Amino acid sequence: MKETIIKILTDIRPEFDFNQEQTGFIAKGLLDSFDIISIVSDMEENFDVAIDGAKILPENFDSIEAISNLIDKITPNIHEVIIQK
Amino acid sequence: MRLSFKNKRISGILSVLPKNEVHFSEEIGNYNFTEKQSIKLGKIMGYGTQRIADKETSVSDLCVFGMNYLFENQLLDKDSIGAVVLCTQSPDYFLPATSNVISGRLALGQDVISMDINQGCAGFEVGLMQAFMLLNTGSIDKVVLLNADVLSQKVSIKDRNSRPLVGDGATITIIENATDDKQIDMFIKMDGTGAMSLQIPAGGFKLPATKETAALTEDESGNFRSLDHLVMKGDEVFNFVQTKVPEMIHEMFDTLKIDKTYFDYYLFHQPNKFMLEKLAEKMKIPYEKMPNNICQKYGNGSSITVPLNVCENIGERALTNSYKVCFGGFGVGLTWSIIKWKLEKLDFCKIINY
Repeated sequence: MKETIIKILTDIRPEFDFNQEQTGFIAKGLLDSFDIISIVSDMEENFDVAIDGAKILPENFDSIEAISNLIDKITPNIHEVIIQK
Repeated sequence: MRLSFKNKRISGILSVLPKNEVHFSEEIGNYNFTEKQSIKLGKIMGYGTQRIADKETSVSDLCVFGMNYLFENQLLDKDSIGAVVLCTQSPDYFLPATSNVISGRLALGQDVISMDINQGCAGFEVGLMQAFMLLNTGSIDKVVLLNADVLSQKVSIKDRNSRPLVGDGATITIIENATDDKQIDMFIKMDGTGAMSLQIPAGGFKLPATKETAALTEDESGNFRSLDHLVMKGDEVFNFVQTKVPEMIHEMFDTLKIDKTYFDYYLFHQPNKFMLEKLAEKMKIPYEKMPNNICQKYGNGSSITVPLNVCENIGERALTNSYKVCFGGFGVGLTWSIIKWKLEKLDFCKIINY
């Protein structure tokens, strides 16, 4: 899943290296609220999930780990979903 | 806060839109992002076509044009008007009130009450509340609620977060006393601690507009705007809508002992396509019951989006049918409100171009 998240982030903000920068996305200005919307859309498409609007908070998109945790909480079997895809 | 009213009806809605169209695809070059990035965001947010007034057109121009249309087509009798309530955040002047300007230009009588309300995305609901209270005086039988804004002038053309969303226009809603004894239930909340989440920092008395406030600066995301321009904390506003509006809807369902199947339509403010889709998903409301096409087709015109929603998505059917609708507005203030309403047959319900 980590690789997919990095690919999504890189697609939206190609000027940053998300293999190096894995935390502090909001504080460092790597992502803004409109980037988050694009990320949500891509994650829903890639991971076949629907993310609750109330969970679309900056802290849930501030690091690779936070994004991964968000997906895991929505779909515990997400890893299987990825494999099936 | 829950408010209940009785014996009120909307008898007609007219939307007045500037005929000038602006297309997102033609403005992509203005933004400090790659075309691919902007197109991608545009699809998600519903950036499409906006109706934008020219710089010489003011709120009173749009309202007077629409009112004269109603008079000339015998859709509204000038002498029957008891009050004119204007909801706008882009008034012609600091003073006088723009509703007074409109009343003067239309030569309404001296017994017609004119008043302005400074509200935005929940301005239709707040305006209805004011209209109901005026009708409850017993001295007024008909209120003209004007919702109008030309806020495009206060949005930077280099701000990809706001420019592709904004729309200009006016709506005219006629509210009258009725005798059907049906109850109208309104839920409304305001949270001033979030007042600065959506604002135009300069131009008022707190920070007058100067050459300095007009200077464009780049934000951390790459958008350019000045202190004279509208700015919003997108994440705060989004989260507010996604948490507070569903809470209020559930409060309404519980209080009135109804469920989501009760309504034929959820006619909500339409800030952008994504936000409304997420709201419909959360509430498990079918997309067809919550129309989501105003922002893409006309732009977000602040308090006009709900009555424009009626004109666009019910239109002439409103002349021959009645519908159980839930009106909903949310945004600047922060203010949010929903109204349970039986929309009885209207005398008119249409969109005209200015």
